[in-house]
Amino acid sequence: MNRFFELSLIFFSGLVLLFIIAPLLGMVIEVSAPDLFQAAIDSEVQDSIAITLLTAFGGTLFFSIAAIPFAYVLAKKSFPFKNFINGIIDIPIVIPHTAAGIAILTVISRNSVLGKVSQNLGFEIIGTPVAISIAMAFVSIPFVINSARDGFAAVPQRLEKAALNLGASPMRVFFTISVPLARKSIITGLVMMFARGMSEFGAVVIVAYHPMIAPVLIYERFGSYGLKYALPVSVLFISISLFFFILLRIFSRKN
Amino acid sequence: MLKLENISKNFGEFSLKNVNLEVAKGEYFVLLGASGAGKSIVLEVIAGLMNADSGKIFLNEQEISNFKIQQRKVGLVFQDYAIFPHKSVFQNIAYSLNKLPNTEKNEIVHSLASDMNILHLLNRKADTLSGGEKQRVAIARTLARKPDILLLDEPLSALDAQLKSELRKLLRRINKQGQTILHVTHDYDEAIALADKIAIMQKGTIVQNGEIKEVFQNPRSHFVANFIGINNYYEAEICKIKKRGIKIAKINDKISFRLETDEKEGTKGKVFVKTESVFVFKEHVESSARNNFSGKIIDILPVKSGIELWIDIGVKISALITLETLEKFGFTENEMVWISFKATSVQFVSNDEA
Repeated sequence: MNRFFELSLIFFSGLVLLFIIAPLLGMVIEVSAPDLFQAAIDSEVQDSIAITLLTAFGGTLFFSIAAIPFAYVLAKKSFPFKNFINGIIDIPIVIPHTAAGIAILTVISRNSVLGKVSQNLGFEIIGTPVAISIAMAFVSIPFVINSARDGFAAVPQRLEKAALNLGASPMRVFFTISVPLARKSIITGLVMMFARGMSEFGAVVIVAYHPMIAPVLIYERFGSYGLKYALPVSVLFISISLFFFILLRIFSRKN
Repeated sequence: MLKLENISKNFGEFSLKNVNLEVAKGEYFVLLGASGAGKSIVLEVIAGLMNADSGKIFLNEQEISNFKIQQRKVGLVFQDYAIFPHKSVFQNIAYSLNKLPNTEKNEIVHSLASDMNILHLLNRKADTLSGGEKQRVAIARTLARKPDILLLDEPLSALDAQLKSELRKLLRRINKQGQTILHVTHDYDEAIALADKIAIMQKGTIVQNGEIKEVFQNPRSHFVANFIGINNYYEAEICKIKKRGIKIAKINDKISFRLETDEKEGTKGKVFVKTESVFVFKEHVESSARNNFSGKIIDILPVKSGIELWIDIGVKISALITLETLEKFGFTENEMVWISFKATSVQFVSNDEA
């Protein structure tokens, strides 16, 4: 009976792994080396991958400046409606991302306050890398907040109080005790935010079709030219995404 | 130096009630009590880690009750040391010295590390240290800030006997150098070894405080007496003034102790006799001792300092004898024996004083 159970466990585990790997593997097998090379030297593809990486990275850095202190507040302070606010954080994960894109559009469109302010300052948000970063950050910021909050919550309060007792200001305690001790969770959250932002399509396509990020380019090639033309770009982008993802995971492990 | 005035703090099931305490400059003050008595809370309130519901705290004549933690010049050494695990020993000790130039910082850290005998550990990561090493680092780190008063929360409880004795010496030395210390413990040996003054805490209140000798010789409540190891402790009333100034303390209708006291007739209070002052005999022996009773041995208990014989003379009284004496006389349970103790061995504390 035990043997049967163990075999079942292995069977189901293998099935799920296959479910994840098979489509990716199938895609790689389908693509010929010359097609892949052609895609790699296509400047439109290169540009789209570059802009995807840059906007995802920029959005992650910029928004985490506020998200990390916010996570600290959620972990360490008590205030009314805290549970409610914790719930709000997860909203971007559960709503359809095209709807998220529409929601962002209402905030940054030319008729919105933010849109008007930026226009007065002489620049446009809609259809720019800034809009892309905002859309990516909107759907991925819960990852960094949740992870950093758990990290801060795990820092023993006694250590923070000991630092205060040694005369440190709350800001110094934050930077010298809380952040260093929560850094593993913070970095993991940042990696997840970056990875999730980089792969976003739905929200981005609403706020900025151009400049084209890689997921949008893949969609366009598929829609206009068919599977054969979408495949090499997909393989290339997935490879690059995985490369960065693995690199950042290794980096965060070392920390 | 440090003064607590009517500090109260309610936690629902437990509360601190009107804690009053005064520690003079340079003093080694021990706050003694069983675990759960509220001792650590007193330290946390002084350090500002939690605020009292009412009462005032003064440090050097200045009220600090509403000061933030980082503004109070009190150094708290936590029971579990609270060493920063991601920093080196050097960085831990230097944590409060961040505004000083490097040379000065180095000098202070090295001098403290040398005092604490941890110079060789300065480059070690703090999470690789043993308990005793962490304790020294924690003390050095706290002293680096030059606190007006050093608060120690059960500093010796997690250490083995050898380390305990070394650390006691170290603490005494720090105190001799002029550092005022308030030390919290449940171990009265520790209090005897270190304290100039002690306060005894029970269920969130201070039941007695004063010079160590005074408190240990005149325990004012059963709790204090028990806590410091006095078994023979009874409610009594001073009754008849006898010839030659000898009075009796009446415990019940059958039992009274003769004693020397200036208390007036009718004064109610507590009477106690140290176990080592009670002598046990197989039969009645004429002696100068004024208190002689016969009774039955009801229990024979080995204790740290010897053997306790519990004898029922109308009240239960215990006598401390050596193992050698027990073997020599062959005392057994249910045996009838005589006990005697001098009138001067009986101490009386009136309820007014308590």
